[in-house]
Amino acid sequence: MVDPEVVAQELLSGWGRTSATLATVHRPNDLEHIVARVAAPGPRGLVARGLGRSYGDAAQNAGGDVLSCGNLDAVLAIDMEKGTVTVESGVSLDSLLRVLLPLGWFPMVIPGTSYVTVGGAIASDIHGKFRHGSFADYVEQMRVVTPAHGASTFDPDADAEPFWATSGGMGLTGVITDARLKLQPVETSRIVCDTERTHDVDDCMQRMLDGDHDYRYSVAWIDCLARGGHLGRAVLSRGNHAVLDDLPAAERSSAREYAPRTLLGAPPWLPNGLINIASVRAFNEMWFRKAPRTPHRRVEGIKPFFFPLDGVRDWNRVYGSRGFVQYQFVVPFGAEQVVRTALERFSAARIPTFVAVLKRFEHDSRSLIGFPISGWTLALDIPTSPSLAVLLDALDELVVEAGGRVYLTKDARLRPELLGAMYPHLDEWRAARAALDPTNALRSDMDRRLDLSGAGRRTA
Amino acid sequence: MKDALGEVQSVLVLGGTSDIALATARKVVARRGARVVLAARKPEACDAAAAELRAAGASEVDAVAFDGTDFASHESFVNTIFDRFGDFDLVLVSFGVLGDQDRAEQDPAAALEIVQTNFTGTVSVTVPLAARLRAQGHGTLVLLSSVAGERVRRSNFVYGASKAGIDGYYQGLAASLAASGVHVLIVRPGFVHTKMTKEMKAAPLSVSADAVADAIVRGIARGRDIVWVPPAMRYVMAGLRHLPTAVFRRLPV
Repeated sequence: MVDPEVVAQELLSGWGRTSATLATVHRPNDLEHIVARVAAPGPRGLVARGLGRSYGDAAQNAGGDVLSCGNLDAVLAIDMEKGTVTVESGVSLDSLLRVLLPLGWFPMVIPGTSYVTVGGAIASDIHGKFRHGSFADYVEQMRVVTPAHGASTFDPDADAEPFWATSGGMGLTGVITDARLKLQPVETSRIVCDTERTHDVDDCMQRMLDGDHDYRYSVAWIDCLARGGHLGRAVLSRGNHAVLDDLPAAERSSAREYAPRTLLGAPPWLPNGLINIASVRAFNEMWFRKAPRTPHRRVEGIKPFFFPLDGVRDWNRVYGSRGFVQYQFVVPFGAEQVVRTALERFSAARIPTFVAVLKRFEHDSRSLIGFPISGWTLALDIPTSPSLAVLLDALDELVVEAGGRVYLTKDARLRPELLGAMYPHLDEWRAARAALDPTNALRSDMDRRLDLSGAGRRTA
Repeated sequence: MKDALGEVQSVLVLGGTSDIALATARKVVARRGARVVLAARKPEACDAAAAELRAAGASEVDAVAFDGTDFASHESFVNTIFDRFGDFDLVLVSFGVLGDQDRAEQDPAAALEIVQTNFTGTVSVTVPLAARLRAQGHGTLVLLSSVAGERVRRSNFVYGASKAGIDGYYQGLAASLAASGVHVLIVRPGFVHTKMTKEMKAAPLSVSADAVADAIVRGIARGRDIVWVPPAMRYVMAGLRHLPTAVFRRLPV
């Protein structure tokens, strides 16, 4: 029997809690619901939503329909020989890890939070501390419900165009319903992590270039409030999956255990202004001092290494009702000056930004409008303020000049004119998208704002 | 769509010759090249304003005919505009008249003109406007009210009463639209130097249209419910509001 979809009017915003809009939210329980919805869209279209971790307006659709895919949460099959798992798109990485780790398997690409769905991870072609590929590179097959073809199965090679238009395609080609993911074997649910402090941003980048090849995962946390000689002082944290021998004998029997708990939640209401120069400087100082002065090796859990912020449920609320934006860009190797200039400007503007994240990519996303290109990527959270627009618009110019781009999944404020310069395959993506959705049934607020799909001002 | 930092992409101005609305529009088009539709009784009177908006960065400017007191036309006017231009991220409701207080006290037609423009006409066009904004699920609706509505004064009570009425209507509307994705901003300026007031003697705490526009832009980005310009007016008016009538009547306001 088919359960009725749950339908409600809901105000939706992204993780940054800016620009909330009203949509009719459906919670489909199975493929049939989704096929029916996509076949008969309302006048303002529809878009799929997972756990709402996109920072901006990618998974909301003002006045239209949103398919919230949390009920599609089944792990369909695990192939222990080939090392693959087939899941429905609403499965979160958190629940996936809880299933896979005890069996000795681990996803190839893991982002900075476990509270994203597989569908969202594909639609954003997310990346993490792994430098050699992004999420969709390890999707062997996916099923997508598109307006043109209904439920279709896409293979990354045989159906390259629809596959790589859908991965990283911000939900605008169809609704992803399930996928088969390639996995890596692991002996333990721990990471052997090396931590070191770096003096400034140049020192940090040099150490990453010199030493990253010894590590599967690498990330630097930069103190954006440090100035002058300490501009960009950082804590460099790099690691590999621990093997059994890395663990003390007593822990080996539970080597693959993974059952992290959320320790506390931010209360539903917090005043504006908690995030200010004084509080953030104190936090950043603590973060830096907490790291050992000399390089240090220890064995850590998956959660503290990959998902340090997942310990606080709804941490985005600390920014108050005005919300925040995350600014993330990538520039090719050779354009290190853009990273330096960005840090200088944030530091000079005395903007209260918690530690920023600096990583390297050594691959280009195959997704037509995917984010990663070989180079440096910097990401930081910034409380909203009207003056911020000027600062970020100016940084966008530097990023474009250097041949870089900002990350759509994080974006809530880019100037639409820059899209083509940042994403050279945009026209190709638009053509592939139009073939899958010729009637423009798929729409989101991000599409309205940036005219991603190039369908003109898509309003009514 | 309005972005996370309050930048908008499409603007509708009801009262396309209002100095305050045009000053606001010039500021909001600057960075994102918004498209603007100016609605005024005589669209040809908007030519100069349209040129200024284009120079300020607007990608497109259209002027359309709109009569605030032709109540019967309002519903189809609103539907035509939204069908033709699509979503509006920002709607500035800025049409109105100051009128002549002395005449309005003698001549019912003069009094009705003020009330029918500032109150009845605004309500009449706001009903279909709010419906379209509710349907699109986003947008900011800005009413140019006045401090005159906070406590109606002897010197301009017909105008003041019309503003008190529409201000109250918008407060209720804001509550009704609270969970709709539509943000309502009520702007209460004091004395503003505009063509509407150029014959009048400036009152204390007077401001320029530009200052009001700055306050509106900040209010939009911040998601405020009410903006007083200058901010001190809030406390001046709160003081006046709580004065005993016997004292209030003796004041030269």
